[in-house]
Amino acid sequence: MSETTIAVSHKDRPVAFTQDEIGWTPWLMPLSEDQLTERHWAGLVDASRAKSPYFMLLARDPKILEARTKTDNDIFYNPAAGLPRAERELSAAAVSRANGCIFCASVHARFASTYSKRREDVQRLLDEGVSVGIDQRWNAVIAAAVALTETPLAFDQRQVESLRQSGLDDLAIADVIYSAAFFNWANRLMLSLGEPTPPAKG
Amino acid sequence: MSETEPDVIDLLAGIPKGSRLDGVRAERKQARDNAQKSYEALLAPKFAGGVTAEDRYAVATFVAGLHRDARIVAFYMDGLGAQDPGRDVVEAIMAEIALAAADGPYGSYPPGPLTVEDKSGPVHKISEANRRALGGRLSAALEHAHLLTFHPRDATPAALQSLLDAGWSTTDIVTLSQLVAFLSFQIRVVAGLRILAASVSQA
Repeated sequence: MSETTIAVSHKDRPVAFTQDEIGWTPWLMPLSEDQLTERHWAGLVDASRAKSPYFMLLARDPKILEARTKTDNDIFYNPAAGLPRAERELSAAAVSRANGCIFCASVHARFASTYSKRREDVQRLLDEGVSVGIDQRWNAVIAAAVALTETPLAFDQRQVESLRQSGLDDLAIADVIYSAAFFNWANRLMLSLGEPTPPAKG
Repeated sequence: MSETEPDVIDLLAGIPKGSRLDGVRAERKQARDNAQKSYEALLAPKFAGGVTAEDRYAVATFVAGLHRDARIVAFYMDGLGAQDPGRDVVEAIMAEIALAAADGPYGSYPPGPLTVEDKSGPVHKISEANRRALGGRLSAALEHAHLLTFHPRDATPAALQSLLDAGWSTTDIVTLSQLVAFLSFQIRVVAGLRILAASVSQA
C-alpha cells in the first residue's frame, strides 16, 4: 500500500500565540468513522472524539491512545487536592509556549484564563514568553514547567524550593511535574503530525 | 495485566512501597495506572504490528540517551538486549547517542512575529557506518526521534514523508510518534519525582 502525507496550504496559518479558538489539520490520513472497530472506539474513550481529526489519526494505535487519554484525564481533571486546575493549565500553557506549540498553547492558555479569571496575565505569558514576571506563585509554576521542558532536564531543588515557598505541598508539586511532563508528550504529537489552522469564520 | 509487573516509573525514580512519594502517587492512581499501561502498550504490546520490539527498544534507548539519564538508558538497553539485537546494533546506537547530543528545545517558527525567537540547533543524520548496522528504516526512525526530542517545532510533512519513504506505514508513524512523545513524558516524571523525593517535605 502506498501512503503519502496530506498536502496542506500554508496561507493563513496562525503564526503567533493566541487564546483564540484556532484549529488543527493533520499531515497523515486519520481513520474515517466507518473504519472504526470496537478497539478503536475503546481507544477514543469519549465517542465525541470521533469528530476530531487529531484523535482519529491517533486512533490508528488505539491501545496507547486509550492509556494516554486516561492519564491526561487524571492529571488535568482529577479535582482531589493538589494543584488547582487553573495552575495545571498554566503549566501546560508554559510548556507549550517553551516548545513552540501554537495550537496547544491556545487551548491551554484559554483554559488557564477560564479557571483563573486572569486572562491578561495569561496573555502576558503568550506575548512576553516564559521569562515573564507575573507574581511569585505563577512565576514559580512557569519556571518549574520550563525547567522540566528542557532536554536534558534543568529541573532541580531550586524549582522545588520556590514552589514550596509559594505554598505548594508535595501533591501540588507532583501535579506541576505531571502536567508539565504530559504537555511534553502532547506538544510533540501536535507539532509533528499536523499544523494549526485559522479560527473558523463567522 | 499482571499485578506483579513493577510500576516502571516507581522503579526508575526509586519510589519504594510505603514511601512518602508512593503516597503522593497513590493520590493520582488513574494517572499512575495508565502511565504504566502506556508503557506496556508501547514497549510490550500484544500485537507489535509494523514496529517490532527491537525497533521500540532501540528508539527508547536512543531517546533516553538524548536525555542523558544513565539509569533510564540502562533500563531500555536491558530491554533491547533481551530482543537479541546484533552487537553492532547496540554499538551503533551508543555511538549515535554521543554524536546526537544537543540542548533543546530549539527550532524555527513559521515566518512572522515569532521569527525573532527562532533558535538554531543541529539536525541529526545517522552516520554512514552506523546506518549500515542499523538499516535505513531504523535510521530514519532515530533521525525522527531526534527531531521530536530536541526541536519538535521544526517538524514538517517532509519529515513524515521520509519515514514513509523508509518503509514505515502511516499507522507505524503514529506508534513511533507516540513512543518518542511518551518517553518525553515518562523521563520527565521520573526525573521530577526523584528531585521531589529528595527534597525536604513541609507537608
